[in-house]
Amino acid sequence: MQTFHRSANSLSKISIAVVVVLAGGLGWLGLEGFRSPYVTRQGEIHEQPVVFSHEHHVAGLGLDCRYCHTSVEKSNFAGLPPSSTCINCHRLIWTNADLLAPVRESYATNTPLRWSRVHDLPDFVYFNHSIHVAKGMGCATCHGEVDKMPLMYENAPLTMEWCLDCHRNPGKNVRPRSEIYNLHWQPPADPMRAAAMRAVLVKEYKLQSLTSCSTCHR
Amino acid sequence: MDSAKGAKAKCAAEPSRPAQPLRLDLETVRRELRGKRGPDFWRSLDELAGTAEFQELLHREFPRQASEWIEPPAEAPRPPQDGAGAAGPLGTSRRAFLQLSSASLALAGLTACTRQPIEKIVPYVEQPEQVVPGRPLFFATTLTQGGFGVGVLAESHEGRPTKIEGNTEHPASLGSTDMFAQAAILELYDPARSQSVLHDGGAAMASTFLVAVAQLLRAKQATGGQGVRLLTGAVTSPTFAAQMKAFAALYPNARWHRWEPAGPLHSRAAAVRAFGRPVEARYDLSHADVIAAFDSDFLAAGPGSVPYARQFADRRRVREASPELPQKMNRLYAVETTPSPTGSIADHRLPLPPAELEALLLALARQVGVAGAPATAPIAAPAPAPAPAAPAPGGLSAKAQAFLEALAADLLAHPGASLVVAGETTSPAAQVLAHAINEKLGNAGKTVIYAEPAEIDPVDHLQSLAELVRDMRAGQVDLLIMLGGVNPVYTAPADLDFAAALAKVATRIHHGMYVDETAEYCHWHVPAAHDLECWGDARAFDGTASLAQPLIEPLYGGRSLQEVMAVLLGHGEALGYDLVRATWNGQLPGDFEAAWRKVLHDGVIPGTQLPPLGGVAVAGAAVAQAAGEIAAAAQSAPQRGLDINAATEEEVRRPLTLCFQPDPTIGDGSWASNVWLQELPKPMTKLTWDNAVLISPATHQRLGLDWEERVRVSVNGRKLDAAVWVLPGQADDTLTLSLGYGRRRAGENGSGLGFNAYVLRTAATPWSAPGAALEKLGERYIFACTQNHHAIDQEQGIDEDRLAGVEEEKRHILRTATLAEFLKDPDFVAHPPHGEEAPPRNMTLYPNRKYEGHSWGMAIDLNVCTGCSACVVACQAENNIPVVGKDQVMRRREMHWIRVDRYFTGDMDDPRLHVQPVPCMQCENAPCELVCPVGATVHSAEGLNDMTYNRCVGTRYCSNNCPYKVRRFNFLRYSDGKSPLAAMMYNPDVTVRMRGVMEKCTYCVQRIEHAKIDSQVSGQPIAEQRLKTACQQACPTQAIVFGDLNAEKHGAPVAEVSRWKASPLNYGMLDDLNTRPRTTYLARVTNPNPRLAPTAPAAPTAPTSEPEKRTT
Repeated sequence: MQTFHRSANSLSKISIAVVVVLAGGLGWLGLEGFRSPYVTRQGEIHEQPVVFSHEHHVAGLGLDCRYCHTSVEKSNFAGLPPSSTCINCHRLIWTNADLLAPVRESYATNTPLRWSRVHDLPDFVYFNHSIHVAKGMGCATCHGEVDKMPLMYENAPLTMEWCLDCHRNPGKNVRPRSEIYNLHWQPPADPMRAAAMRAVLVKEYKLQSLTSCSTCHR
Repeated sequence: MDSAKGAKAKCAAEPSRPAQPLRLDLETVRRELRGKRGPDFWRSLDELAGTAEFQELLHREFPRQASEWIEPPAEAPRPPQDGAGAAGPLGTSRRAFLQLSSASLALAGLTACTRQPIEKIVPYVEQPEQVVPGRPLFFATTLTQGGFGVGVLAESHEGRPTKIEGNTEHPASLGSTDMFAQAAILELYDPARSQSVLHDGGAAMASTFLVAVAQLLRAKQATGGQGVRLLTGAVTSPTFAAQMKAFAALYPNARWHRWEPAGPLHSRAAAVRAFGRPVEARYDLSHADVIAAFDSDFLAAGPGSVPYARQFADRRRVREASPELPQKMNRLYAVETTPSPTGSIADHRLPLPPAELEALLLALARQVGVAGAPATAPIAAPAPAPAPAAPAPGGLSAKAQAFLEALAADLLAHPGASLVVAGETTSPAAQVLAHAINEKLGNAGKTVIYAEPAEIDPVDHLQSLAELVRDMRAGQVDLLIMLGGVNPVYTAPADLDFAAALAKVATRIHHGMYVDETAEYCHWHVPAAHDLECWGDARAFDGTASLAQPLIEPLYGGRSLQEVMAVLLGHGEALGYDLVRATWNGQLPGDFEAAWRKVLHDGVIPGTQLPPLGGVAVAGAAVAQAAGEIAAAAQSAPQRGLDINAATEEEVRRPLTLCFQPDPTIGDGSWASNVWLQELPKPMTKLTWDNAVLISPATHQRLGLDWEERVRVSVNGRKLDAAVWVLPGQADDTLTLSLGYGRRRAGENGSGLGFNAYVLRTAATPWSAPGAALEKLGERYIFACTQNHHAIDQEQGIDEDRLAGVEEEKRHILRTATLAEFLKDPDFVAHPPHGEEAPPRNMTLYPNRKYEGHSWGMAIDLNVCTGCSACVVACQAENNIPVVGKDQVMRRREMHWIRVDRYFTGDMDDPRLHVQPVPCMQCENAPCELVCPVGATVHSAEGLNDMTYNRCVGTRYCSNNCPYKVRRFNFLRYSDGKSPLAAMMYNPDVTVRMRGVMEKCTYCVQRIEHAKIDSQVSGQPIAEQRLKTACQQACPTQAIVFGDLNAEKHGAPVAEVSRWKASPLNYGMLDDLNTRPRTTYLARVTNPNPRLAPTAPAAPTAPTSEPEKRTT
């Protein structure tokens, strides 16, 4: 007497396969999900108190990054301009623009503006701008061509995988220190010349591959 | 904030803890000691006896079923009808734990799916000058402790003070700090601080107070301030001095009283008796070859202890076995009642009760030939000494006699280069004798310098307070203004009954940082500003003046002492800045603005040190009188050393001497609300969250007391219920109870802990009261003592070896030798019986790691470590280490990354003391790294054991596998990530750890990374002075050094740490395990007097004849 119908054999095989595929698929989905822009907020535009355009100020007016981000060469934090930096110019131009009302109010009432952080690392990660600048890492390497961003968004995923990709081989992104703030700098087109330049800079700037945990986690 | 966790502490003090009490009676210890080979160094009597309980504590990291102990009653009240059989734990049972863990596992997977929240970033409106966001600024300022100024540098992150460092320019700091300066940061952010003006207990507007005070004082103007009294602690502020002068001119009939409960009471009285006026003695230990300390913890307590410790240590930094060493090294004799850090580092230590201690001092005075000490000798060694431990009344025991002879000869051999220090707690008579001895030995002006006191108008505080109470009682006081946090209702001598007298004062005003016991009795309370919140000035122990500048606006609207004084002067709301500037305008040389900026920047006003006084001579009559007093006291002192097991009625009734001392961690009680100091194990007892009646093992046995028994202490008709703690090294027949505990109103965390010693303290006997008695109460009190926590097994190898008595198999955790032994065998650390050789570096199957870049290392010099524990608090402040509360400490879950182990050695009745700070060893062959399943602890390229919190899943395997027991686990959510105050206090460069995460010392890796980055940005090698770990920076004796072992490879000079490690004294703890610790120790070399047989005999445990005799 047969307890199970013959089809049970096929069903059991199929169900095993389905479980394996499902489990694998879920794992893959999880990993992909974790890297997805949904989680990393890559490319996401945040609501800000003032509609500030990097495109206008950088490409249009030609401001240097350091005019506003003053501490990028000396501190872990690149610095966010105080309201007074905005007012420096906007007490002369666009003095009555509605767009700038929050800035004027902030300056008049001595209340800071509360911006939404676009490039936000977890609290257990200690990133330092000054050393990256000193080692020949350009702004655009991580932040992208901000002069083409009317509204700011995160250009890179900023995952640990992404950080380590460069930390394992920092030479591939090095550029001359004179070109740090040049958002459109390109390495020499000739791959041989580019490689030679990188080799020279790696040596000159003493680039190291730092992958110890305490480099970033303290 | 993390202090909130401390709130659990008082609940935990309930005696109903079901932990297995350590039933250990001392007779068993003595019996077991005979014929048993114990460890050279022992942490506690349990270890000495090798009890089964200790073995369990040794081999289990946490007590058995610690997690199933019931919750404190306050949190989970037990049902009243709980049968004996059903007395199950109310905590988490194993079953519940499994249920919870499976649920949490399922949920843990989901947490990974959360998106990072959008955070705000808030720039300045106008960025202050000098501020670079992300980089701290350091400001020189002054903290006041007991009125004395201590110059410090306060670290400020965008306006938030987060850490205190010493100021190298300031004479009271020399770049180091004590534990109190480190803990000042927590005090600033303490949520228990008073937050508004109170009128009759209810919140009031500050303006109402101003109006009320103006009215009160205006009414008094006609009578010249009749009935107006001020009460403060000791004050050294020059600004306050000027204000006080103006106040006296305005109200000539008003009077100013002073009360500093732990302050110079006896020492000032002694100075007046000896010199006719209150001069103050300060010491120069750099020229002192022989130092004798009589009940004086001058290396770890009191103003000036930090520079004294530095000077003392500078004469003991032994590196090489050079023949000049005997001339270079100083020698310290300590005679004391209660073990102290000074006693632990002394070359000779003698525990004596106060009366005998002073008799010894008198005998010493005679031996060195002090004129005026009567030669007729009631004090002499009993010639045949029927029993050496039983001297005639007033006589010295044979041991004390030998000590005396050796000390006297040593002092006489070093005239002008010796020093006798009698501590504040000794009687004025004894201190007069100490002055006379120093004068006789020609030390005055050389090792001891007399100067005018730094305190303004140095009165006798006891007398000043007594006069105030007398006048209050007589109804002559109608306005009493108590300034600067003085808390007499709690701290005044019990016989004055301050609270009752206070009730007769019509208007009482209190100004302080806390709404304390005194504020409760006052009509008005005004919150005081913290030292880091206000302008001010103060003088250091040597008179050097310095300015205090605010790091932050007052968090709770507090006012400084000077600002309140300005209100009293009718100047209204004057700014502290203007007041302090007005004082110094004209007193600084040159252009005032430039000079002002310079003294603010440097944190010290040059040329303000009080000059040494010439022509200070001890009055002969005072010496004779003092000698007479001491001789009389010694005569009337009870006979000691009778048979401790006789248990006759007479024996049990024999009166004891009750000694008081400021608490080692919370001082006179003013630090009671500071949970860092509460949880800091007290340097010698290792108790936390409590004080105790300290008692010697022999006296404990004589009185037939039970372990940690609750007792009723009575002296002069006053009674206090407390509990005893047996402390080897305590003088027999004495009880020591530290001040500062038993507070009623010290905030949520400081109230209701320990026992209030002030209840027993009277004006006549503020430091030691003879005639005390103990009454058993039969209950057990539970202390949270860390002395057995993280104990390291000193037995090496297997049981068979142990039974065979193989001596080499003993581990040498602490290595020490005398100077003579060191000179004979410079490599003693590698030779038995002091130590053993480290395994060769090639004893491994794996290739050795290579360190091309930096290679960090640390060395700790046991020659100079006093165990003061400033490093522990400094580490806590730097690394955001949470406080866990008494209940969690009892479960051995304290979180300190560096601990200071205290060991006894030798006889249990007169042990020698040793201390050893233990941070993470950063092993090169780290056992912890091998067992982490998730790679959360791994080796860095620079030799550190990196601990990555965000990877840790909390298996605790690493901690189980750490032979040094330096890893700490967040069993609960100890850190407060929520409260805004805690967020302000945290060091932004260190991650705040969450529950379920392992943590440990990182060598302050945040400082390393900052230094590396700065060095690479600037292209300069890392300067050694710019990179110090927090413990190293705080250490008063500079016992810790840290640096790059590869420094010379990077163009920097050879690091100090490399030089230390090259010393023959260098050894690694447990290096027989081949862990290759990067933290190593320099073995301790003591400099005993060859005339005195070494007090720590090589045959370690050997029960001396004394206990045997006693037990027959």
